[in-house]
Amino acid sequence: MKYTDEYRDPATAQRLISEILAQAAVPRRSNRVQGSASGIRIMEFCGGHTHAIMRYGLRQVLAPRVVMTSGPGCPVCVTADADIDYCIALAHLPGVMVATFGDMIRVPGTRSSLQEARAAGASVHIVYSALDALELARKEPQRAVVMLGIGFETTAPTVAASLVQARDEGIGNYTVYCMHKLTPPAMRGILDSGEVRVDAILGPGHVTAITGWRAWEFLPQEYGIPCAVSGFEPLDMLQAVRVLVQAVVQGNPHVANAYPRGVTAEGNRVAQELMEQVFQVSPALWRGLGEIPASGLSLRPEYAAYDARLAFSVPAELLDLKPSEMHRGCHCSEVLRGMMEPPECPLFRRVCTPAQPIGPCMVSAEGACAAHYRYGETLS
Amino acid sequence: MCLAVPLCVKRIEGVMAEVELSGVLRQVSLMLTPEAKVGDYVLVHTGFAISVIDEQEAQVTLALLKELEEAGRQAEEDSARTDRGPGA
Repeated sequence: MKYTDEYRDPATAQRLISEILAQAAVPRRSNRVQGSASGIRIMEFCGGHTHAIMRYGLRQVLAPRVVMTSGPGCPVCVTADADIDYCIALAHLPGVMVATFGDMIRVPGTRSSLQEARAAGASVHIVYSALDALELARKEPQRAVVMLGIGFETTAPTVAASLVQARDEGIGNYTVYCMHKLTPPAMRGILDSGEVRVDAILGPGHVTAITGWRAWEFLPQEYGIPCAVSGFEPLDMLQAVRVLVQAVVQGNPHVANAYPRGVTAEGNRVAQELMEQVFQVSPALWRGLGEIPASGLSLRPEYAAYDARLAFSVPAELLDLKPSEMHRGCHCSEVLRGMMEPPECPLFRRVCTPAQPIGPCMVSAEGACAAHYRYGETLS
Repeated sequence: MCLAVPLCVKRIEGVMAEVELSGVLRQVSLMLTPEAKVGDYVLVHTGFAISVIDEQEAQVTLALLKELEEAGRQAEEDSARTDRGPGA
């Protein structure tokens, strides 16, 4: 496939790895980071990167000089229990059809998942695109279709587009339960907490296709941390890691665009304008990170008629749930913050597996636990 | 979740385009990338083209990677020659 295969050449990958490892052995000029023996720590924000890095075995070849750590960049994984509970409650309302991206369906809420709710008779439909949900609304005018708006800046404009289209066409039975989240505030949240040491950030390629790479300039400017925006092929990621290691060693934090075929400085203006037209920035609840101010999107008052939160009233008893015992042993919160590696969780592989997942990081294909499970890395 | 695949635009009709994925044609929306033309590659995410691939930038990256690979190989060959010493 064009723009894919040519970024997988093994000889070039090997060369990049040798260069990275040689660079990482150079003593660092910056004294911000103590203890170079523990390696340069790079957090890959995006779950797509976590998956690709594990798939190509890059973690193992880079460690211990360069240590890759997963961040909170899996929208499904960071969706709060309370939001899942709300979605389940919506799906149980008479006349309501919940439409969702497939990733979301097995994610556990406080007591159950949308999949379990569907088995119990709730109306839950998997869609590939927000436009498919809109099509459902056109086809079933007597039902109320609620699209679950999850995802970061990559996905939010597509849901915004569906809302603009619904309004233009006067479709009255289409609403969105908005859980969209913004990535820079989450990155700030992690860095501000001081819980993990991060020397550099591998920037999310497709989020940044929308936001533009300038959105990450606060990392070097305010935190002194370099960021390299990366694509998802092995050479893309290695090239980005190479730039990051160089920046750390030379004490020269900056934002590098290692994915220039898909990402520009300013991003996708059309998508940004659509988001601004439909959404406003609001506080959001992140699983693992808690509530982060100005880190989410909600519908603007002009789109109130399309807001599922306002359109339906959900019985309180469906939302006031107590977590099960099993749930409390789950360490997804720590995994999402980069504080714990999946194999360190006592449930990992013993109780929690992709077939019987306990936490969201095992449910989602992009979750760090699922990636560790699938690609068989053991704790070193 | 933020998965996006580079696909070639085959036909455009209004705001929708037909793209090809391994011989199969799919409909995607160009609402976010109105500048896309037939023959362009676009990054497709959940039924929307979110970015038009910059062919020139793609070539620059590939050239840079190639250069790196060749420089590395050259350095390796040089050091192998030196290691062997004269007359080896």
